[in-house]
Amino acid sequence: MKQPRRARLKSSIGAALAASLYSAMAHAHLEATGLGPVYDGVLHFLGSPEDLLPVIALSLLAGQAGVAAGRRTLLFLPMAWLLGSLAGLANPVIIEISPLWSAASLLVLGGLVLADVRLWPRLLTLIAVVLGAAHGLVNGSGLGWSVMAVIALAGVASAVFCTIALLTALVTQLRAHWTRIAVRVAGSWIAAIGILMAGWSLAI
Amino acid sequence: MSPHRQWALSAVLVLYLSLWAERVFAHVGTGTAVGFWTGFLHPVSGFDHVLAMVAVGLWGAQLGSPAIWVLPIAFPLVMVVGALLGFLGVPLPGIEIGIATSAILLGAAVMAAWRPPLVVAGLLVGMFAVFHGHVHGAELPAGQSAMLYSMGFVIATGLLHALGIGIGTVQRWSWGAAVLRATGAMIALAGVYFMSRVLL
Repeated sequence: MKQPRRARLKSSIGAALAASLYSAMAHAHLEATGLGPVYDGVLHFLGSPEDLLPVIALSLLAGQAGVAAGRRTLLFLPMAWLLGSLAGLANPVIIEISPLWSAASLLVLGGLVLADVRLWPRLLTLIAVVLGAAHGLVNGSGLGWSVMAVIALAGVASAVFCTIALLTALVTQLRAHWTRIAVRVAGSWIAAIGILMAGWSLAI
Repeated sequence: MSPHRQWALSAVLVLYLSLWAERVFAHVGTGTAVGFWTGFLHPVSGFDHVLAMVAVGLWGAQLGSPAIWVLPIAFPLVMVVGALLGFLGVPLPGIEIGIATSAILLGAAVMAAWRPPLVVAGLLVGMFAVFHGHVHGAELPAGQSAMLYSMGFVIATGLLHALGIGIGTVQRWSWGAAVLRATGAMIALAGVYFMSRVLL
């Protein structure tokens, strides 16, 4: 069927207008819709330096301690984080991670990375469990019980897993002398932030 | 007034008003990123900071191991003590003089290829770090996260050291060593200029 050009244009406009009557809301702004619970959890972790920095420090430390220690940390940190957050979700406790605790964890973990200490795998596992459970508990306690919250916490644990997996794998395979030093320098930056936070939290 | 003139007048009025437009801040939660970026840009935005930080890296590269990594590690660790004093509003006299002196002495050390014991180099760098840190801490904008701001300026300072170390690797060539020393001289001269601005 061959229509004149003007008629085809009219019918196209009519079809477009008819289709526009059935359009759903765009929700163009993520502020209104969020990214979905999984990505909300991922972004919560990546956007919370008080959670992210200790995990980075522990990842570097686990990488320095070798492959076996790295594997144990990779297993235990996200698991403790998830279990801690589910415990917090089920039984919310009104706690906040004290700035002094955050500062101390950054100072100690950053200092250990700076010193390039090869911790015993069992001690590293203990640190991972305590760190993961404490931060997870606070994460979980801040959310009301819902399916979405559980999914969001799974997102947080996934982000923890990915962070530690990538960083630990990167550090364990570093061989060049200067790359090991670069890791120690990163540890000094984390320790420096810990010193500042410790002083700040003691002063206020 | 003709419709054409009305339209033209309206267009001019809209353009004029657009010059006074405020930022919208349509999305909440922007303070976090701003805190980090404000801190990150603080050391980079001041030429005196940039030159002194780069000079630390240059000097470390010139001194070789272990100073090449001890100095850039010592600097931020001491700098945050100065920053804390700045955050808390503890006054530190002669800050600008200290910063200008850091550029003069660190530049001169590179120019002269001075090789003091590691402890002396560390103490010198650490002393200047207090002044630089104090300025960063004292200029924390109100309402921004001190932690993120600190992360920003610590990382930026470390990257400036790394830049200095990277430039300093040219010293493996004979012409590179000469260039390095000339760079140190220029940094020292810039320090003299900063000092003259403070004192005059």
